[in-house]
Order: sequence, then structure tokens, then C-alpha cells
Amino acid sequence: MSTLSIDKAGPTRKVKLRSMSRDRTWALRWSYFFLVLFAIFFLIPPVYMLITSLKSSAEISAATNPWWVFHPTLSNYVELLTSNQFLRFFWNSSIISIVVVIVTMLISIPAAFALARMKFWGSATLATGVFLTYLIPDSLLFIPLFKVLATVQEFTGIPLLNRWYVLVFIYPTLTVPFCTWIMIGYFASIPKELDEAALIDGASWLQTLTRIFIPVALPGLIAATIFAFTVSWAQFLYPLVFTTSIDQLVLPVGITTTLIKGDVFNWGQIMTGALLGAAPPLIIYAFLMDYYIAGLTAGATKG
Amino acid sequence: MADVALRKVVKRYDDVEAVRGIDLDISDHEFIVLVGPSGCGKSTTLRMIAGLEDITDGDIMIGGDVVNDVPPKDRDIAMVFQNYALYPHMTVAENMSFGLRLKHYPKAEIKARVTEAARLLDITDLIDRKPKQLSGGQRQRVAMGRAIVRNPKVFLFDEPLSNLDAKLRVQMRIEIKKVHQKVRTTTVYVTHDQVEAMTLADRVVVMNKGRIEQIGTPNELYHKPATRFVAGFIGSPAMNFIPCRLEDFGGALQIRLTDRIAFALPPARAARYNALPRSEKLLLGIRPEHLTESHAHLGPGVESFDTVLDVTEPMGMETLVYFGLEGTPVCGRVDPNAGAADGAPMRLAMDLNNMHLLNEATGAVL
Repeated sequence: MSTLSIDKAGPTRKVKLRSMSRDRTWALRWSYFFLVLFAIFFLIPPVYMLITSLKSSAEISAATNPWWVFHPTLSNYVELLTSNQFLRFFWNSSIISIVVVIVTMLISIPAAFALARMKFWGSATLATGVFLTYLIPDSLLFIPLFKVLATVQEFTGIPLLNRWYVLVFIYPTLTVPFCTWIMIGYFASIPKELDEAALIDGASWLQTLTRIFIPVALPGLIAATIFAFTVSWAQFLYPLVFTTSIDQLVLPVGITTTLIKGDVFNWGQIMTGALLGAAPPLIIYAFLMDYYIAGLTAGATKG
Repeated sequence: MADVALRKVVKRYDDVEAVRGIDLDISDHEFIVLVGPSGCGKSTTLRMIAGLEDITDGDIMIGGDVVNDVPPKDRDIAMVFQNYALYPHMTVAENMSFGLRLKHYPKAEIKARVTEAARLLDITDLIDRKPKQLSGGQRQRVAMGRAIVRNPKVFLFDEPLSNLDAKLRVQMRIEIKKVHQKVRTTTVYVTHDQVEAMTLADRVVVMNKGRIEQIGTPNELYHKPATRFVAGFIGSPAMNFIPCRLEDFGGALQIRLTDRIAFALPPARAARYNALPRSEKLLLGIRPEHLTESHAHLGPGVESFDTVLDVTEPMGMETLVYFGLEGTPVCGRVDPNAGAADGAPMRLAMDLNNMHLLNEATGAVL
């Protein structure tokens, strides 16, 4: 009986092995094909933006090859970077994004720690609830939010509408739930014995958080930071609704409102502004990517 | 350094009772091992001593003070975990000094203590490495170092060697014993490995289903088990349990194993068991080393019988032989040169001076 099954298993296994390596080769070919396809697909817009940003308005409107620059010029860049208005948008965006990242982290880290580790009544439900709030789109929220802010402004007399700083209070409604959620995941992956060891070593909850959890979950924290920054930097709907004066605008809204005059599109400057606007997140990604990928938990426990 | 006492300690999770009223006194400097199968409540007991689990009922005392509501950090204990639980972002030295730094010890003293512990554990060269650069055994040493530098009242070990391979486990077992001989800190050690328990402990606490089955020195547990569970749990290969009954035969007491096999009891044993009812269902407990090959001149209390071996396992210094007595599998230990072979008949000798008689229904050793 057993000999029979061995005889049968022999050839089948060989065939399987051969087909596995062939499967792998084809899988790799297909993945490269689609990766290249998607890379081209996603790189066309930024390349087109770069080409257009180097052209003068005259060349853009001329009927020449749109994929080639015949008379490259940096005039768009010079004009934008010397315009107080554009620098104002840039400044508003920067300050808002940085403050939002800080506020988000100050709320999300302790919240995630509490939800992941301090088992209290309803903590699991609360954790799910946090994530559910993220699922409500901002396009549904902005009208009630506007009403809330208007009411608060009316009662307190504090100017909130058409002020850039109000965005610092509004953006966390988008960033905090998501950041809390992913950090709950990161914190939960830290072995329970690590905080027990810290507890026995004499650490308080706060010390366990600051001296063990934050350093160990640093890749997760950086991922959350990148997310919060990107969301705040690229947010369009809220600033469009809540700010109207030129000096209160952020970059994405500023570019579209000031560089499009009626039906006149200043394409060269729009593309330049968009490229310059995309630069900060790009730089942040480039620098933090290694950190983000590097696993720091290796060696904590037998794994 | 301090003694530890548990008084009617109970731990209940919802409707499951993990620990059912444990009383235990651990004296200063003592090395106590809690041993038992998984789910017997040994780890829960240790975690309650550490303060990582609340106790449902009863009292835990460290150094005479009830610590039921004292948080772990104020109990002055140190714990070594099965998976080491080293802080991955800190070096060995930082790992070991973390507790002292939290308590704001002077830098010079921290350095002195870490250096001393590293020397004791032979990890001086590794002091600047991160945990991921260490092997399993080295990590376990660091985990022990972290406990030693604190100079706590009590050491708690939660299956510290379970993640190591067999060879390293034996080596680290000796290391742990050496360290305890040097620092003499009261130690509570949890393991499911009875060999670890026997080799390390001053006293072993055998636990089963949330209760303490027996507390005693390794030799007491081995030679005078109180229950069938302890008799079967301690010792490898395990003790044989053969159904039997007592008979009066020509004015003497004899024990009948099968229709064919019955042995007269040695006088000391006969006196001990004489009062037992003859109809009672009993178990003969006999360790494999007391079932050996037969000789021409057998001592008093040693009885021989013939059997056919099922399987033999040569171990080098001895050969384990397996055979059946009316369906009950029995294991014996014979000399490798005694000629034991699979399926072969063999004459074996049973040393009844080392027998145990158990009540089959209650499991109590009589």
C-alpha cells in the first residue's frame, strides 16, 4: 500500500515542481508588464506638467508638439516664486499641515495606545467606532460642519469662517480616525510581554508609551505622519468652503482660484504651481521611505 | 530578599476557575518550581505573584506584606519571560539598566550593577549590541541580567527555556542554577518540563487543574508521590500503572496482576497494605527502572516473571522494553546486553520494595 503511494507520488511531484518554476517565470513577466504599464500611466501627468511648466504662454497656445519644449523658460517659476500671493498660499499650507500633523499625533498616539492596550469597558466598540467615522466622506460633512462653525462664531464672537486657522480644527476630523486606526494595529502587534516587562521594571503607562511603544512602533508612526501630512496638504474641499479671502487660501485652492481668471487658464503657472505644490510631500516620502520600511521590532522576542 | 506566601488564592475568568484556592509558603532564598501540564494554572499563579493578573480571592504576601492591590512596579520583583521581552530599540546595557534609570539611580551605580551582572552572565562583550544581533541563549541571558541588576526581593521565571533548543536548554538550566547559588534571591520558576523542575528546584510544586497536587523536594516527589497524577507526571519514562488486587495466600498477602502472575509482597509492604479490603480495585505503580532483566539470584522482594516483548528501544546505556500485561502497556528498563529483542520472550524482575499501590477510583497513593 505504502509503496504504491510512493510510486504514484514520485512523478506527480516532479511535474508539479517544473510547472511551479514555469508559473513563477510567467507570473514575473506579467507583473513586470503591468508594473511598467502602470508606471507609464501614472507618470504621464507629472511629465506633462513639467513640460508645460517650462513653456511660455505663447508656446502653450501655439499649435506645436505638446510633448516637446522648443524654447524652455523658467519664467513661470520666477513669477510664482516672487509672487507674494503664491508664497502666502505656500506658507498657509505649510503651517496648517504641520500643525495638523502635530495635533493628529498628540491625539492619535495616546488614543491608539489606550484602545490597543488598556482593556476597558467598550474599548473594542470604541476602536471600531473611530474607524467608522473615517468612512463618512467630507463632501457629506462640510455643510453641517459649516453650520456648526457659523453657530460657534455667532455665540462666541470668535472669527472662525474665512480664517485659515479654522482648518487646523477641521482637518483632524479626517486624519485622527485613520491614524488612530493604523496605530492601533501597530501597537497591537507589539508583544504583550514588552509592556509587562516595562510595567515590572517600574514604568508608568505614560513611560511605557513614550519609552517603549513610540520607539518600537516608529515605522507605524512615520506612516501615520506621512498620511496626515498628505491629507492636510492635498485637502481641497474644506479650504474651498471655509476660506474665501485671497490671504486665507491654501495652495490647491489658491492655484485654481487665482490662476484661472474667468475662462482664461494660465496653464504654465497652474502647472508650475501644481509641481511646486507636489514637491514637499515628494521630498518627505523620499526621506522617510527607508525608515518606513525598516522593521524595528526584529529581535524583541523570539520570532 | 523575602519570603512569599499564597493564602487560598483564587483566579476566576468569567466562569472558568483557573486557580482554585492555592496555599503556598516560599521561604527566603528558596528556589521553587511550579510544574504541571498546560492549563494547570501555574503561569496564572506566577502572574498573580507578579501583579500582572488581579487575584479573585485570597491573599498574596511578599516579605510579610499583603500585596493584593500593589502594582507590579512596587512589589520589588523581577520577571523573565518565555519570549525574553527585550526592548528591541535598546542595547543590552540599556535593556538591563532600564528599570534602574526609571528609578533615577546614580549613573555610577547603574554602570557598576550592569557590569557586575554582565560579568556574572558572561555577556560583557555583548553589552553594546541590540537584541536582534543576539542568539536565543544570549537574549535569555540579557533577560536574566535585566532581572539581576534590579536586585529584587523575588525572581519570577515564566518558562524561560521553552524557546531554546534542547542542548542550549540544558546549558542554560545549569547557568540559572549557578546564578541562583550566587545571588540567593527567592525564585519562583514556572515550567511544564518535569526534568527542569527536578534539576532546578529546592522544592517542586506539582499543579493540575488549578490545584496543587503535591509540594516536595524532587526526591520526595519521585519516591513518595501522593497522587496518581504526580506519580505519572514526575519521571521519564513515566511510572507504569497496572490494574491489580490483593489476595490472601497461605497466610501471606500477595498481589495479583493477571491470572498467571501474582507476587507475594515483601513484609514491610504487606504490613502497610494488610488493612485494605481485598475486593478493592487497585493499581500497582512501578517505575521502569524497577522492572529489569531477571538474574539467577534475586534479592528479597524482587519477583520474576516471563513475558513477550512488543517493542524495544535501545538508548545506549540502557534499553527500554515495552510489553503488555492483559492489555495494559508496561515499560521496563533492562541492560543493553540482556538480549532484549522485538517480539522475543524475556524473563523480567519486578522490585516490589519500590512499588506503589494506588486506589484506582480516587488516584490516591495508599
